Amino acid sequence: MGLVIRKYSYINDRVASVDGRAIPVPAGEEKFLTALYRARRVDYPRFFKMDALSKLGFLASELIFEGDASRFTPRDHVAILCFNRSSSLESDAAYQATIRHGEEYFPSPSLFVYTLPNIVTAEIAIRNRLHGETAFYVLERFDPRALVGRVGEAFQDAATRAVLVAWVESFRDSREVFMMLVEKNDTIFDLPFSVESIVELLNRGRNG
Amino acid sequence: MIAWVGDNVISSLGFTTDENYRAVLAGQSGARLHDGMGLPEPFMASLIDRERLNDEFGGGDGYTPLEKAAILSVTRAAAGTGVDLSGERVLFFFSSTKGNVFLLDGDPATLDDRVYLWRPAALVSRHFNNPNDPVVISNACISGASAQVAARRALEAGACDHAVVVGAEMLSRFIISGFQSLKALSPEPCRPFDAARAGLNLGEAAATVIYKRAGEGEAGILLARGAVRNDANHISGPSRTGEGSFLALEAALDGISPDDVAFINAHGTATPYNDRMEAIALTRAGLAAVPVNSLKAHFGHTLGAAGVVESVISARALREGTILASKGYREQEPEYPLNVATRVAPTGKRYFVKMLSGFGGCNAALLYKKVGHGTGH
Repeated sequence: MGLVIRKYSYINDRVASVDGRAIPVPAGEEKFLTALYRARRVDYPRFFKMDALSKLGFLASELIFEGDASRFTPRDHVAILCFNRSSSLESDAAYQATIRHGEEYFPSPSLFVYTLPNIVTAEIAIRNRLHGETAFYVLERFDPRALVGRVGEAFQDAATRAVLVAWVESFRDSREVFMMLVEKNDTIFDLPFSVESIVELLNRGRNG
Repeated sequence: MIAWVGDNVISSLGFTTDENYRAVLAGQSGARLHDGMGLPEPFMASLIDRERLNDEFGGGDGYTPLEKAAILSVTRAAAGTGVDLSGERVLFFFSSTKGNVFLLDGDPATLDDRVYLWRPAALVSRHFNNPNDPVVISNACISGASAQVAARRALEAGACDHAVVVGAEMLSRFIISGFQSLKALSPEPCRPFDAARAGLNLGEAAATVIYKRAGEGEAGILLARGAVRNDANHISGPSRTGEGSFLALEAALDGISPDDVAFINAHGTATPYNDRMEAIALTRAGLAAVPVNSLKAHFGHTLGAAGVVESVISARALREGTILASKGYREQEPEYPLNVATRVAPTGKRYFVKMLSGFGGCNAALLYKKVGHGTGH
Protein backbone atom coordinates (compact mmCIF):
# COMPACT_ATOMS: atom_id res chain seq x y z
CA MET A 1 0.00 0.00 0.00
CA GLY A 2 1.62 3.23 -1.14
CA LEU A 3 0.64 6.86 -0.98
CA VAL A 4 -0.54 8.61 -4.11
CA ILE A 5 -1.23 12.20 -5.14
CA ARG A 6 -4.94 12.31 -5.95
CA LYS A 7 -5.03 15.96 -6.97
CA TYR A 8 -2.70 18.96 -6.77
CA SER A 9 -2.77 22.72 -7.23
CA TYR A 10 -0.28 25.56 -7.51
CA ILE A 11 -0.70 29.35 -7.11
CA ASN A 12 1.74 32.26 -6.99
CA ASP A 13 1.42 36.00 -7.80
CA ARG A 14 1.04 35.39 -11.54
CA VAL A 15 -0.20 31.87 -12.28
CA ALA A 16 -2.53 29.20 -10.95
CA SER A 17 -3.03 25.60 -12.00
CA VAL A 18 -4.78 22.44 -10.92
CA ASP A 19 -3.50 18.97 -11.87
CA GLY A 20 -1.04 20.73 -14.20
CA ARG A 21 -3.78 22.57 -16.13
CA ALA A 22 -3.45 26.37 -16.10
CA ILE A 23 -6.41 28.29 -14.63
CA PRO A 24 -7.34 31.29 -16.79
CA VAL A 25 -7.43 34.45 -14.68
CA PRO A 26 -8.44 37.71 -16.38
CA ALA A 27 -5.88 40.48 -15.91
CA GLY A 28 -7.23 43.65 -14.31
CA GLU A 29 -6.92 46.12 -11.51
CA GLU A 30 -7.50 43.53 -8.80
CA LYS A 31 -4.75 41.62 -7.08
CA PHE A 32 -4.10 38.22 -8.62
CA LEU A 33 -5.52 36.24 -5.67
CA THR A 34 -8.74 38.28 -5.68
CA ALA A 35 -9.02 37.87 -9.46
CA LEU A 36 -8.55 34.11 -9.05
CA TYR A 37 -11.23 34.03 -6.33
CA ARG A 38 -13.66 35.74 -8.74
CA ALA A 39 -12.62 33.65 -11.73
CA ARG A 40 -13.54 30.45 -9.81
CA ARG A 41 -16.85 32.01 -8.65
CA VAL A 42 -16.10 31.26 -5.02
CA ASP A 43 -18.79 32.67 -2.71
CA TYR A 44 -17.15 32.96 0.71
CA PRO A 45 -16.92 36.55 2.04
CA ARG A 46 -14.57 35.46 4.88
CA PHE A 47 -11.90 35.29 2.18
CA PHE A 48 -11.56 39.08 2.25
CA LYS A 49 -10.71 39.06 5.98
CA MET A 50 -7.86 36.58 5.60
CA ASP A 51 -4.16 37.40 5.52
CA ALA A 52 -2.23 36.50 2.36
CA LEU A 53 -0.97 33.19 3.80
CA SER A 54 -4.53 32.05 4.50
CA LYS A 55 -5.79 33.34 1.13
CA LEU A 56 -3.15 31.27 -0.66
CA GLY A 57 -3.95 28.10 1.29
CA PHE A 58 -7.68 28.67 1.01
CA LEU A 59 -7.61 29.18 -2.78
CA ALA A 60 -5.35 26.16 -3.33
CA SER A 61 -7.84 24.02 -1.39
CA GLU A 62 -10.72 25.49 -3.41
CA LEU A 63 -9.00 24.33 -6.61
CA ILE A 64 -8.66 20.85 -5.14
CA PHE A 65 -12.14 20.47 -3.67
CA GLU A 66 -14.32 22.50 -6.10
CA GLY A 67 -16.89 20.23 -7.68
CA ASP A 68 -16.47 17.55 -4.99
CA ALA A 69 -20.05 16.73 -3.94
CA SER A 70 -19.07 15.55 -0.44
CA ARG A 71 -16.87 18.51 0.43
CA PHE A 72 -19.22 20.19 2.92
CA THR A 73 -20.02 17.02 4.87
CA PRO A 74 -18.34 17.05 8.31
CA ARG A 75 -15.59 14.41 8.37
CA ASP A 76 -12.51 13.63 10.43
CA HIS A 77 -10.53 11.38 8.09
CA VAL A 78 -8.79 14.22 6.20
CA ALA A 79 -5.75 15.76 7.91
CA ILE A 80 -4.29 19.15 6.93
CA LEU A 81 -0.50 19.60 7.15
CA CYS A 82 1.09 22.87 6.07
CA PHE A 83 4.78 23.77 5.79
CA ASN A 84 6.71 26.96 5.07
CA ARG A 85 9.86 28.93 5.79
CA SER A 86 8.57 32.23 7.18
CA SER A 87 5.79 31.10 9.51
CA SER A 88 3.41 34.09 9.89
CA LEU A 89 6.16 36.74 9.68
CA GLU A 90 4.21 38.81 7.15
CA SER A 91 1.28 39.19 9.58
CA ASP A 92 3.69 39.47 12.52
CA ALA A 93 5.22 42.56 10.90
CA ALA A 94 1.76 44.00 10.17
CA TYR A 95 0.71 43.50 13.81
CA GLN A 96 4.03 44.87 15.06
CA ALA A 97 3.29 48.10 13.15
CA THR A 98 0.20 48.59 15.37
CA ILE A 99 2.23 48.50 18.60
CA ARG A 100 4.94 51.02 17.84
CA HIS A 101 6.06 52.99 20.87
CA GLY A 102 4.42 56.21 21.93
CA GLU A 103 1.26 57.53 20.35
CA GLU A 104 1.16 54.89 17.62
CA TYR A 105 0.18 52.13 20.07
CA PHE A 106 -3.15 50.63 18.90
CA PRO A 107 -2.77 46.82 19.00
CA SER A 108 -5.15 45.21 16.52
CA PRO A 109 -6.83 42.00 17.72
CA SER A 110 -7.93 41.11 14.19
CA LEU A 111 -4.31 41.27 12.99
CA PHE A 112 -3.00 39.49 16.10
CA VAL A 113 -5.11 36.40 15.38
CA TYR A 114 -3.25 35.93 12.09
CA THR A 115 0.16 35.97 13.81
CA LEU A 116 -0.10 32.18 14.09
CA PRO A 117 0.81 30.23 10.94
CA ASN A 118 -1.65 27.42 11.64
CA ILE A 119 -4.62 29.77 11.08
CA VAL A 120 -4.41 28.81 7.40
CA THR A 121 -5.12 25.17 8.37
CA ALA A 122 -8.17 26.41 10.30
CA GLU A 123 -9.49 28.44 7.37
CA ILE A 124 -9.36 25.33 5.17
CA ALA A 125 -10.86 23.13 7.90
CA ILE A 126 -13.74 25.56 8.53
CA ARG A 127 -14.59 25.95 4.84
CA ASN A 128 -14.58 22.20 4.18
CA ARG A 129 -15.78 21.04 7.62
CA LEU A 130 -12.67 18.94 8.15
CA HIS A 131 -12.34 17.79 11.77
CA GLY A 132 -9.18 15.74 11.23
CA GLU A 133 -5.67 16.57 12.42
CA THR A 134 -4.27 20.00 11.57
CA ALA A 135 -0.58 20.92 11.94
CA PHE A 136 1.93 23.53 10.81
CA TYR A 137 5.67 22.85 10.36
CA VAL A 138 8.41 25.40 9.69
CA LEU A 139 11.47 24.49 7.60
CA GLU A 140 14.71 26.36 6.98
CA ARG A 141 14.23 25.73 3.28
CA PHE A 142 11.79 23.86 1.06
CA ASP A 143 12.53 20.17 1.63
CA PRO A 144 10.32 17.56 -0.08
CA ARG A 145 11.79 14.86 2.21
CA ALA A 146 10.24 16.61 5.21
CA LEU A 147 6.83 16.63 3.48
CA VAL A 148 7.11 12.95 2.57
CA GLY A 149 8.24 12.09 6.12
CA ARG A 150 5.59 13.97 8.10
CA VAL A 151 2.74 13.06 5.72
CA GLY A 152 3.66 9.38 5.71
CA GLU A 153 3.81 9.38 9.51
CA ALA A 154 0.44 11.20 9.77
CA PHE A 155 -1.22 8.05 8.39
CA GLN A 156 -0.23 6.30 11.66
CA ASP A 157 -3.39 7.95 13.06
CA ALA A 158 -6.01 5.28 12.42
CA ALA A 159 -8.65 7.90 11.55
CA THR A 160 -6.55 9.53 8.84
CA ARG A 161 -7.28 8.26 5.32
CA ALA A 162 -6.21 11.34 3.37
CA VAL A 163 -3.81 14.23 3.94
CA LEU A 164 -4.09 17.66 2.38
CA VAL A 165 -0.47 18.83 2.41
CA ALA A 166 0.82 22.22 1.33
CA TRP A 167 3.97 24.25 1.04
CA VAL A 168 2.51 27.72 1.60
CA GLU A 169 4.79 30.74 1.83
CA SER A 170 3.98 34.45 1.93
CA PHE A 171 6.70 36.87 2.91
CA ARG A 172 8.39 39.71 1.07
CA ASP A 173 8.90 38.72 -2.57
CA SER A 174 8.14 35.05 -2.01
CA ARG A 175 4.48 34.10 -2.39
CA GLU A 176 3.33 30.67 -3.50
CA VAL A 177 1.36 27.61 -2.51
CA PHE A 178 1.74 24.04 -3.76
CA MET A 179 -0.93 21.73 -2.37
CA MET A 180 -1.54 17.99 -2.79
CA LEU A 181 -4.33 15.69 -1.70
CA VAL A 182 -2.55 12.47 -0.69
CA GLU A 183 -4.33 9.15 -0.22
CA LYS A 184 -3.49 5.51 0.29
CA ASN A 185 -3.74 3.47 -2.88
CA ASP A 186 -2.10 0.49 -4.48
CA THR A 187 -2.79 0.83 -8.18
CA ILE A 188 0.31 1.34 -10.29
CA PHE A 189 -1.50 3.87 -12.48
CA ASP A 190 -1.56 6.51 -9.76
CA LEU A 191 0.97 9.28 -9.22
CA PRO A 192 3.16 8.18 -6.28
CA PHE A 193 3.59 10.63 -3.40
CA SER A 194 7.39 10.87 -3.47
CA VAL A 195 10.24 13.39 -3.37
CA GLU A 196 10.59 13.06 -7.18
CA SER A 197 6.86 13.72 -7.82
CA ILE A 198 6.83 16.72 -5.50
CA VAL A 199 9.86 18.32 -7.16
CA GLU A 200 8.54 17.70 -10.67
CA LEU A 201 4.98 18.94 -10.02
CA LEU A 202 6.17 22.01 -8.09
CA ASN A 203 8.52 23.01 -10.91
CA ARG A 204 5.74 22.49 -13.44
CA GLY A 205 3.50 24.79 -11.37
CA ARG A 206 6.16 27.49 -11.06
CA ASN A 207 6.77 27.43 -14.80
CA GLY A 208 3.06 28.11 -15.34
CA MET B 1 4.48 3.17 22.16
CA ILE B 2 7.38 5.36 23.13
CA ALA B 3 9.13 5.55 26.49
CA TRP B 4 10.26 8.47 28.60
CA VAL B 5 14.05 8.80 28.89
CA GLY B 6 14.61 12.18 30.55
CA ASP B 7 12.97 15.54 31.19
CA ASN B 8 13.43 19.08 32.43
CA VAL B 9 11.36 22.20 33.07
CA ILE B 10 12.70 25.75 33.33
CA SER B 11 10.02 28.18 34.44
CA SER B 12 9.12 30.94 36.85
CA LEU B 13 9.04 28.24 39.54
CA GLY B 14 12.44 26.66 39.04
CA PHE B 15 15.16 25.33 36.80
CA THR B 16 14.83 21.57 37.30
CA THR B 17 11.83 19.23 37.05
CA ASP B 18 12.21 18.46 40.75
CA GLU B 19 12.25 22.12 41.79
CA ASN B 20 9.17 22.82 39.64
CA TYR B 21 7.30 19.74 40.85
CA ARG B 22 7.93 20.56 44.53
CA ALA B 23 6.77 24.15 43.98
CA VAL B 24 3.54 22.88 42.39
CA LEU B 25 2.99 20.37 45.21
CA ALA B 26 3.44 23.22 47.70
CA GLY B 27 0.82 25.27 45.84
CA GLN B 28 3.21 27.99 44.67
CA SER B 29 2.59 30.27 41.72
CA GLY B 30 5.03 32.17 39.54
CA ALA B 31 2.43 34.81 38.66
CA ARG B 32 3.35 38.38 39.59
CA LEU B 33 2.06 41.76 38.53
CA HIS B 34 4.63 43.27 36.16
CA ASP B 35 5.10 46.75 34.83
CA GLY B 36 7.33 47.20 31.85
CA MET B 37 8.17 45.92 28.35
CA GLY B 38 6.90 49.30 27.12
CA LEU B 39 3.29 48.32 27.72
CA PRO B 40 0.75 50.92 28.81
CA GLU B 41 -0.94 48.63 31.36
CA PRO B 42 0.59 46.36 34.01
CA PHE B 43 0.16 42.62 33.41
CA MET B 44 0.04 39.48 35.56
CA ALA B 45 2.51 36.90 34.25
CA SER B 46 4.92 34.14 35.33
CA LEU B 47 8.37 35.15 34.06
CA ILE B 48 11.66 33.26 34.10
CA ASP B 49 14.25 34.94 36.33
CA ARG B 50 16.64 36.36 33.67
CA GLU B 51 19.51 36.85 36.11
CA ARG B 52 19.34 33.25 37.23
CA LEU B 53 19.03 32.09 33.61
CA ASN B 54 22.26 33.92 32.74
CA ASP B 55 24.02 32.62 35.86
CA GLU B 56 23.03 29.00 35.33
CA PHE B 57 23.63 29.11 31.59
CA GLY B 58 27.05 30.68 32.16
CA GLY B 59 28.28 32.91 29.34
CA GLY B 60 26.56 32.41 25.99
CA ASP B 61 26.27 36.08 25.15
CA GLY B 62 25.48 35.15 21.56
CA TYR B 63 22.19 33.51 22.50
CA THR B 64 18.77 35.07 23.10
CA PRO B 65 16.96 34.29 26.40
CA LEU B 66 14.71 31.81 24.53
CA GLU B 67 17.71 29.99 23.08
CA LYS B 68 19.52 29.94 26.44
CA ALA B 69 16.49 28.53 28.24
CA ALA B 70 15.97 25.86 25.57
CA ILE B 71 19.65 24.82 25.52
CA LEU B 72 19.81 24.70 29.33
CA SER B 73 16.62 22.63 29.43
CA VAL B 74 17.89 20.09 26.88
CA THR B 75 21.26 19.87 28.68
CA ARG B 76 19.55 19.07 31.97
CA ALA B 77 17.05 16.64 30.43
CA ALA B 78 19.87 14.65 28.79
CA ALA B 79 22.16 14.65 31.84
CA GLY B 80 22.60 11.14 33.19
CA THR B 81 20.55 9.49 30.43
CA GLY B 82 23.55 8.34 28.40
CA VAL B 83 21.96 9.72 25.22
CA ASP B 84 24.57 11.20 22.87
CA LEU B 85 22.76 14.23 21.45
CA SER B 86 25.28 14.54 18.61
CA GLY B 87 24.24 11.16 17.24
CA GLU B 88 22.72 10.98 13.76
CA ARG B 89 19.86 8.81 15.09
CA VAL B 90 18.78 11.61 17.46
CA LEU B 91 16.14 14.02 16.13
CA PHE B 92 15.14 17.35 17.75
CA PHE B 93 11.51 18.52 17.77
CA PHE B 94 11.22 22.24 18.55
CA SER B 95 7.89 23.70 19.60
CA SER B 96 7.17 27.44 19.89
CA THR B 97 4.47 29.82 18.75
CA LYS B 98 6.53 33.01 18.49
CA GLY B 99 10.19 32.09 19.05
CA ASN B 100 12.35 35.25 19.02
CA VAL B 101 9.49 37.53 17.89
CA PHE B 102 10.74 40.24 20.28
CA LEU B 103 13.42 41.00 17.65
CA LEU B 104 10.70 42.58 15.45
CA ASP B 105 10.60 45.39 17.99
CA GLY B 106 13.93 46.58 16.60
CA ASP B 107 14.54 48.21 13.25
CA PRO B 108 12.14 46.54 10.77
CA ALA B 109 14.49 47.31 7.84
CA THR B 110 17.21 45.05 9.23
CA LEU B 111 15.35 41.83 9.84
CA ASP B 112 17.37 39.52 12.05
CA ASP B 113 17.13 35.95 10.69
CA ARG B 114 16.56 34.78 14.26
CA VAL B 115 12.90 35.83 14.02
CA TYR B 116 12.45 32.86 11.68
CA LEU B 117 11.37 29.92 13.87
CA TRP B 118 13.80 27.47 12.27
CA ARG B 119 16.74 29.61 13.36
CA PRO B 120 16.53 29.26 17.18
CA ALA B 121 15.60 25.60 16.62
CA ALA B 122 18.75 25.03 14.59
CA LEU B 123 20.89 26.97 17.08
CA VAL B 124 19.66 24.66 19.85
CA SER B 125 20.22 21.37 17.99
CA ARG B 126 23.59 22.56 16.61
CA HIS B 127 24.69 23.59 20.11
CA PHE B 128 24.73 19.84 20.79
CA ASN B 129 26.41 19.11 17.43
CA ASN B 130 23.34 17.27 16.23
CA PRO B 131 23.68 16.72 12.46
CA ASN B 132 19.94 16.69 11.59
CA ASP B 133 17.59 19.54 10.69
CA PRO B 134 15.23 19.90 13.66
CA VAL B 135 11.50 19.37 13.14
CA VAL B 136 9.88 22.73 13.97
CA ILE B 137 6.21 22.80 14.95
CA SER B 138 4.18 25.98 15.33
CA ASN B 139 0.62 24.87 15.95
CA ALA B 140 -0.60 27.60 18.30
CA CYS B 141 -1.16 26.55 21.92
CA ILE B 142 -1.12 22.82 21.15
CA SER B 143 2.41 23.00 19.66
CA GLY B 144 3.92 21.08 22.59
CA ALA B 145 1.44 18.23 22.08
CA SER B 146 1.84 18.25 18.29
CA ALA B 147 5.61 17.99 18.79
CA GLN B 148 5.20 14.93 21.02
CA VAL B 149 2.81 13.35 18.51
CA ALA B 150 5.33 14.00 15.72
CA ALA B 151 8.15 12.55 17.85
CA ARG B 152 6.11 9.45 18.62
CA ARG B 153 5.41 8.85 14.93
CA ALA B 154 9.02 9.41 13.86
CA LEU B 155 10.18 6.88 16.48
CA GLU B 156 7.48 4.37 15.47
CA ALA B 157 8.43 4.82 11.80
CA GLY B 158 12.09 4.20 12.63
CA ALA B 159 13.13 7.67 11.44
CA CYS B 160 15.19 8.10 14.63
CA ASP B 161 16.13 6.21 17.82
CA HIS B 162 15.80 9.12 20.25
CA ALA B 163 13.53 12.15 20.01
CA VAL B 164 14.32 15.32 21.93
CA VAL B 165 11.13 17.37 22.25
CA VAL B 166 11.79 20.91 23.43
CA GLY B 167 9.10 23.55 23.88
CA ALA B 168 10.11 27.15 24.52
CA GLU B 169 8.24 30.42 24.84
CA MET B 170 9.40 33.77 26.19
CA LEU B 171 7.07 36.74 26.61
CA SER B 172 7.47 40.05 24.84
CA ARG B 173 5.59 43.25 24.08
CA PHE B 174 4.30 41.54 20.95
CA ILE B 175 2.64 38.60 22.72
CA ILE B 176 1.35 40.45 25.79
CA SER B 177 -0.13 43.38 23.83
CA GLY B 178 -1.89 40.88 21.56
CA PHE B 179 -3.53 39.00 24.41
CA GLN B 180 -4.42 42.34 26.05
CA SER B 181 -6.07 43.45 22.79
CA LEU B 182 -8.11 40.22 22.78
CA LYS B 183 -9.16 40.98 26.39
CA ALA B 184 -8.11 37.45 27.36
CA LEU B 185 -5.91 38.35 30.34
CA SER B 186 -6.95 38.35 33.98
CA PRO B 187 -5.46 41.11 36.14
CA GLU B 188 -5.60 38.64 39.07
CA PRO B 189 -4.03 35.19 39.46
CA CYS B 190 -6.02 32.94 37.11
CA ARG B 191 -8.63 30.46 38.36
CA PRO B 192 -9.05 27.51 35.98
CA PHE B 193 -12.51 25.86 36.00
CA ASP B 194 -13.75 28.16 38.76
CA ALA B 195 -17.24 29.60 38.25
CA ALA B 196 -15.82 33.12 38.63
CA ARG B 197 -12.75 32.68 36.38
CA ALA B 198 -11.94 35.86 34.48
CA GLY B 199 -9.17 35.12 32.01
CA LEU B 200 -5.68 33.75 31.70
CA ASN B 201 -2.18 34.66 32.90
CA LEU B 202 0.71 34.27 30.48
CA GLY B 203 3.94 32.52 31.41
CA GLU B 204 7.44 31.73 30.20
CA ALA B 205 9.01 28.30 30.06
CA ALA B 206 11.38 25.98 28.30
CA ALA B 207 10.79 22.29 28.82
CA THR B 208 12.19 19.10 27.37
CA VAL B 209 11.25 15.46 27.22
CA ILE B 210 13.46 12.84 25.59
CA TYR B 211 11.80 9.70 24.19
CA LYS B 212 12.89 6.36 22.76
CA ARG B 213 10.94 3.48 21.22
CA ALA B 214 9.50 1.35 24.01
CA GLY B 215 10.97 -2.14 24.19
CA GLU B 216 9.06 -5.23 25.31
CA GLY B 217 8.09 -4.85 28.97
CA GLU B 218 9.55 -1.34 29.15
CA ALA B 219 9.01 0.16 32.60
CA GLY B 220 8.37 3.82 33.35
CA ILE B 221 6.17 6.37 31.59
CA LEU B 222 5.02 5.62 28.05
CA LEU B 223 3.30 7.95 25.60
CA ALA B 224 0.68 5.43 24.57
CA ARG B 225 -1.37 7.53 22.15
CA GLY B 226 -1.80 11.04 20.84
CA ALA B 227 -4.48 12.59 18.66
CA VAL B 228 -5.06 16.04 17.17
CA ARG B 229 -8.48 17.12 15.85
CA ASN B 230 -9.92 20.40 14.60
CA ASP B 231 -13.15 22.15 15.60
CA ALA B 232 -13.63 23.38 12.00
CA ASN B 233 -15.67 26.13 13.59
CA HIS B 234 -13.82 29.38 14.32
CA ILE B 235 -10.23 30.65 13.92
CA SER B 236 -9.94 32.12 17.43
CA GLY B 237 -12.92 30.94 19.50
CA PRO B 238 -13.45 27.47 20.97
CA SER B 239 -16.26 25.29 19.65
CA ARG B 240 -19.57 25.47 21.54
CA THR B 241 -19.86 21.68 21.31
CA GLY B 242 -16.19 20.97 22.09
CA GLU B 243 -16.11 19.01 18.83
CA GLY B 244 -12.37 18.84 18.15
CA SER B 245 -11.48 18.26 21.79
CA PHE B 246 -14.13 15.54 22.07
CA LEU B 247 -12.87 13.80 18.91
CA ALA B 248 -9.26 13.97 20.15
CA LEU B 249 -10.28 12.47 23.53
CA GLU B 250 -12.28 9.75 21.79
CA ALA B 251 -9.30 8.80 19.60
CA ALA B 252 -6.78 8.87 22.47
CA LEU B 253 -8.98 6.86 24.85
CA ASP B 254 -10.41 4.29 22.44
CA GLY B 255 -10.76 1.04 24.40
CA ILE B 256 -9.51 2.56 27.69
CA SER B 257 -11.96 2.61 30.60
CA PRO B 258 -12.38 6.00 32.35
CA ASP B 259 -12.00 4.00 35.58
CA ASP B 260 -8.33 3.38 34.71
CA VAL B 261 -7.54 7.08 34.24
CA ALA B 262 -5.88 8.59 37.34
CA PHE B 263 -6.47 12.17 36.24
CA ILE B 264 -6.91 14.52 33.34
CA ASN B 265 -4.53 17.43 33.06
CA ALA B 266 -6.70 19.84 31.09
CA HIS B 267 -5.64 22.88 29.09
CA GLY B 268 -7.62 24.92 31.69
CA THR B 269 -6.54 28.41 30.66
CA ALA B 270 -9.18 30.00 32.92
CA THR B 271 -10.84 31.92 30.12
CA PRO B 272 -14.63 31.52 30.39
CA TYR B 273 -14.91 29.94 26.91
CA ASN B 274 -11.97 27.53 26.97
CA ASP B 275 -12.78 25.88 30.27
CA ARG B 276 -16.46 25.53 29.39
CA MET B 277 -15.55 23.99 26.05
CA GLU B 278 -13.29 21.45 27.78
CA ALA B 279 -16.03 20.65 30.32
CA ILE B 280 -18.43 19.94 27.44
CA ALA B 281 -15.87 17.75 25.64
CA LEU B 282 -15.05 15.81 28.82
CA THR B 283 -18.75 15.32 29.57
CA ARG B 284 -19.42 14.09 26.01
CA ALA B 285 -16.46 11.69 26.28
CA GLY B 286 -17.84 10.20 29.53
CA LEU B 287 -14.92 11.58 31.57
CA ALA B 288 -16.72 14.12 33.79
CA ALA B 289 -16.18 11.96 36.90
CA VAL B 290 -12.41 11.57 36.43
CA PRO B 291 -10.33 13.97 38.57
CA VAL B 292 -9.28 16.96 36.45
CA ASN B 293 -6.68 19.63 37.11
CA SER B 294 -5.00 22.56 35.38
CA LEU B 295 -1.45 23.80 36.01
CA LYS B 296 -2.02 27.28 34.57
CA ALA B 297 -2.32 28.97 37.99
CA HIS B 298 1.25 27.78 38.75
CA PHE B 299 3.04 28.42 35.44
CA GLY B 300 0.67 30.70 33.55
CA HIS B 301 -0.16 29.82 29.97
CA THR B 302 3.25 29.09 28.46
CA LEU B 303 1.82 28.85 24.89
CA GLY B 304 4.09 26.72 22.67
CA ALA B 305 5.84 25.28 25.74
CA ALA B 306 2.66 24.42 27.65
CA GLY B 307 2.22 20.95 26.19
CA VAL B 308 5.73 19.93 27.22
CA VAL B 309 5.82 21.66 30.65
CA GLU B 310 2.47 20.26 31.74
CA SER B 311 3.16 16.75 30.40
CA VAL B 312 6.47 16.65 32.33
CA ILE B 313 4.89 17.77 35.63
CA SER B 314 1.88 15.47 35.19
CA ALA B 315 4.09 12.50 34.29
CA ARG B 316 6.09 13.11 37.45
CA ALA B 317 2.83 13.15 39.44
CA LEU B 318 1.69 9.86 37.87
CA ARG B 319 5.09 8.31 38.58
CA GLU B 320 4.67 9.25 42.23
CA GLY B 321 1.05 8.07 42.36
CA THR B 322 -0.23 11.59 43.00
CA ILE B 323 -3.10 13.69 41.70
CA LEU B 324 -2.14 17.36 41.86
CA ALA B 325 -4.64 19.94 43.13
CA SER B 326 -6.04 22.44 40.63
CA LYS B 327 -4.86 25.77 42.03
CA GLY B 328 -7.23 28.72 41.88
CA TYR B 329 -10.39 26.62 41.81
CA ARG B 330 -13.09 27.32 44.41
CA GLU B 331 -16.57 26.95 43.05
CA GLN B 332 -18.12 24.53 40.57
CA GLU B 333 -19.69 25.87 37.41
CA PRO B 334 -23.23 24.42 37.64
CA GLU B 335 -23.94 23.69 33.98
CA TYR B 336 -21.19 21.18 33.20
CA PRO B 337 -19.93 19.86 36.56
CA LEU B 338 -16.48 18.27 36.58
CA ASN B 339 -14.56 16.45 39.29
CA VAL B 340 -11.97 19.22 39.74
CA ALA B 341 -9.15 18.09 42.06
CA THR B 342 -9.29 20.37 45.10
CA ARG B 343 -6.45 18.78 47.07
CA VAL B 344 -3.38 16.64 46.45
CA ALA B 345 -4.50 13.01 46.56
CA PRO B 346 -2.93 9.56 46.09
CA THR B 347 -3.81 7.33 43.12
CA GLY B 348 -2.95 3.78 42.14
CA LYS B 349 -4.20 4.13 38.55
CA ARG B 350 -1.93 3.82 35.52
CA TYR B 351 -3.07 6.40 32.95
CA PHE B 352 -3.33 10.14 32.65
CA VAL B 353 -4.59 12.29 29.81
CA LYS B 354 -3.11 15.64 28.72
CA MET B 355 -5.51 17.97 26.90
CA LEU B 356 -4.62 21.09 24.92
CA SER B 357 -6.55 23.48 22.70
CA GLY B 358 -5.46 26.42 20.63
CA PHE B 359 -6.27 29.14 18.16
CA GLY B 360 -7.00 27.77 14.75
CA GLY B 361 -9.51 25.36 16.32
CA CYS B 362 -6.86 22.74 17.06
CA ASN B 363 -7.18 20.33 19.97
CA ALA B 364 -4.95 17.55 21.27
CA ALA B 365 -5.29 14.64 23.66
CA LEU B 366 -2.28 12.60 24.78
CA LEU B 367 -2.58 9.34 26.73
CA TYR B 368 0.30 8.41 29.06
CA LYS B 369 0.71 5.09 30.81
CA LYS B 370 2.78 4.11 33.83
CA VAL B 371 4.32 0.66 33.69
CA GLY B 372 5.89 -0.61 36.90
CA HIS B 373 9.01 -2.75 37.22
CA GLY B 374 8.26 -6.47 37.40
CA THR B 375 4.49 -6.07 37.41
CA GLY B 376 4.17 -7.93 34.12
CA HIS B 377 1.48 -5.31 33.34
